Amino acid sequence: MLQELKANGIGIVGYGVYIPRWRIKIEEIAKVWGHDADSYRKGLGVEEKAVPSMDEDTTTIAVESARNALKRAREVKPDEMGAIYVGSESHPYAVKPTAATVAEAIGLTPNITAADTEFACKAATAAMQACMGLVKGGYMKYGISIGADTAQSAPGDVLEYTAASGGAAYVIGGGDGVIAEIEGTHSYTQDVPDFWRRDGTRYPTHAGRFTGEPAYFEHVINCSRALFEKLGTTAKDYDYAVFHQPNAKFPIRAAKLLGFEEKKVLPGMIVSKVGNTYSGSSLLGLAAILDRAKEGERILMTSYGSGAGSDSFSLRLTDRVEGKRRLSPPVKYYMERREYIDYSMYARFERLLGVTGHV
Amino acid sequence: MSNSGIPQHWRTMRERYRLLGARCEKCNTNYFPPRNVCPKCRRRGRTTQVEFSGRGKIFSYTVINASSRAFERYMPYIVGLVQLDEGPRVLSQIVDCKPDDLRIGMEVEACFRKIFEQEDGGIISYGFKFRPYDNSWAEDFDGEL
Amino acid sequence: MGMTEFGELWDKGLKDLAWEAGVKAVEAAGIGGKDIEYIVFGNMSGGLFVGQEHVAALVADFMGLNSTPATRVEAACASGGAAFLQAYMAAASGMYDIVVAGGVEKMTDVGAGQAAAILSGAMDYEWEAYFGATFPAVYALMARRYMHEYGLKADTLAKVAVKNHYHGSLNPLAHFRNRITEDEALSSPMVADPLRRYDCCPVSDGAACVILAPLDVARKYTDTPIVIRAVAQASDTLSLLGREDLCTLRATVKAAGRAFDEAKLDRKDIDVVEVHDCFTIAELLALEDLGFCKKGEAAGLYGDNQTYVGGELPVNTDGGLKAGGHAVGATGIKQIVEVTKQLRGEAKNGRQVEGAEIGLAHNVGGTGATAVVAILSRR
Repeated sequence: MLQELKANGIGIVGYGVYIPRWRIKIEEIAKVWGHDADSYRKGLGVEEKAVPSMDEDTTTIAVESARNALKRAREVKPDEMGAIYVGSESHPYAVKPTAATVAEAIGLTPNITAADTEFACKAATAAMQACMGLVKGGYMKYGISIGADTAQSAPGDVLEYTAASGGAAYVIGGGDGVIAEIEGTHSYTQDVPDFWRRDGTRYPTHAGRFTGEPAYFEHVINCSRALFEKLGTTAKDYDYAVFHQPNAKFPIRAAKLLGFEEKKVLPGMIVSKVGNTYSGSSLLGLAAILDRAKEGERILMTSYGSGAGSDSFSLRLTDRVEGKRRLSPPVKYYMERREYIDYSMYARFERLLGVTGHV
Repeated sequence: MSNSGIPQHWRTMRERYRLLGARCEKCNTNYFPPRNVCPKCRRRGRTTQVEFSGRGKIFSYTVINASSRAFERYMPYIVGLVQLDEGPRVLSQIVDCKPDDLRIGMEVEACFRKIFEQEDGGIISYGFKFRPYDNSWAEDFDGEL
Repeated sequence: MGMTEFGELWDKGLKDLAWEAGVKAVEAAGIGGKDIEYIVFGNMSGGLFVGQEHVAALVADFMGLNSTPATRVEAACASGGAAFLQAYMAAASGMYDIVVAGGVEKMTDVGAGQAAAILSGAMDYEWEAYFGATFPAVYALMARRYMHEYGLKADTLAKVAVKNHYHGSLNPLAHFRNRITEDEALSSPMVADPLRRYDCCPVSDGAACVILAPLDVARKYTDTPIVIRAVAQASDTLSLLGREDLCTLRATVKAAGRAFDEAKLDRKDIDVVEVHDCFTIAELLALEDLGFCKKGEAAGLYGDNQTYVGGELPVNTDGGLKAGGHAVGATGIKQIVEVTKQLRGEAKNGRQVEGAEIGLAHNVGGTGATAVVAILSRR
């Protein structure tokens, strides 16, 4: 069933990102488990991943991202922000909304609607659509959607090489300050058990190679194609393509299947140096594009969430982007700001060995 | 932690999240944490809420190697007195910085972090900490990866 | 006056300690229990350490004085000094003749981590302890700033610890009676940079007690009443946040000023000093804030042995808090006990300051939010 949400004059008025400073190399992980690091590096296209400090979590990452987004969305007054959503699969509380804490921390309370969203790695892009609807419907001037995760992976499992931490926030609205107009959006959703975590279990389960064709590609490709059809566009009409990045191979292949040259998808690829930031993944990739794209250029972004679904967006840069992008750090800053840790520190930060004494 | 009742934790939450203090409108002195009464003007003064920028300089620091129980898992960590640009001093942890790199006078900015987590499924407390101020990305903005 | 040994005293509970100190004091004073008219007892946190509030009433009861009015005074680590001031006011007002001023703390029934958490109540809980500051950490912040402003070196701090351990080794009631070397001090584990283990006083159990009376009443009981020339107390901000100068305890400066004014004495008149060395840096700051030397120059007193017994200005002849022990509520009274011993010539083992005529005791609460200064003389 095709859903349509064509929005005119509405788009991104501000964006902000955050990636924690610690990195662990896949060699470090492979060493512990006796894996062949080389084959993982080649197979996944990932060299290292971002690890949160012990005092960081999805909420803190969401706040930092949102604060950076608000710096760019400088025209937005707190009481004009009518909605806040935080999409994640690692909300710190099973019950207690991350969005409420973030809203309080960035000074948007109390007259605001808030909710946490979940749909694996596309929780925040779904929330962006909600913001678009609320703004277009005239219910509010602006809404903010934040995707942030401190992804968990079972020690020794292949996901350990890619499950990473990071986030990005997008302020949606209209008016003069729009830096990228959302020309159209489309979503594609089916029940596909490719990756899940039962309540009460600590680590997720994935279905191996099944996560490829029937899951990631089925949704990313079909969603993107449906958006093309809706808008009457093809890959040639786009200067950049950003896809969800569970590893470096999938998005490159998706690009190829959709008819994009590799040079259009590489500028948004962050996974080989940061890992898969889950709900932050496609949004961080998009931010990397917004950090350098020019007026008039067009971007396709298609997210993917296991379980499964994709949200596609067609975006067109305005002349406002140049002035606003300088107002908070680019993705590149966070990528270059890094410090390496070994597996023992990683185990400590990720609380793999349980807790000491009190906490 | 002793005294970590929920209402007490909640009452100081906003100040802790957003570095909210007070300014005395009569003598224009800034205070953190907020005060009901300006110690200089007392009843002749009037205090209003003010949100600090988060920018400041390190006034003193120490590295804690023996902490109370609630902070055991974070050891060693750095605690510092930060002189905010607006005047008041704040006691807070310094993060993203190696102990050897600490300097009195170092420029810092506020960030948002976990302060502690209560054991046994209790609450998580969030609030400000400070990290070295780094504006290097702004000087020559380069977004190309 | 009387006091217990200070240390880890597993088999003595809070009331046992208070009773022991009280009985010693009463016997030494040659008074009867029925002569005591008012009891003031300093205790920081009976509630959190042993689940016991209403401490003064408990003490009175256990001493068999259960109709004597008894009040507990709390000013964190200055509870003892504050109790002394309250007792002094009670006796000086003419309302009571024989007043007991005591202090007791039972700290070792809880684990070290718990004790640290309880002690952090002496700081600003909401804005210092909440963020992970420990008590050593806030003094470390002061020490670091002092090093920055006055060029203090770590070995001076070590010298303070060495001296106090030396004096402690001569004091049978001290918590620590081992001598240490500067090297041992400088290589002990870091607690809160730059303060190491030997820069920090211990957690101790202990009690101390003195009996006060108007001079004419006192002379009925003893030929050597020690005259209280002045007791003064002052306050400062609770936390370090509001302090203009991190290296000055304004409460000490103010209390000392008032005390010396009231006593009509000068610093050079003082023969022996008990200062509040909860951390080695605190001893240096104390000597400056009390006016014995200029701000930033206390290190100069530790180059030779000036601050040892036998030197020009003996400081902490019982080992201070560092070696003598710090049973929080009792410390202020313990200091009075030591000064009294010195003025009466009763200090043993080579600890006696020859010809001590006038002594000073200095007790601080928290990071200096409260300070009490008492000046006592032989005549």
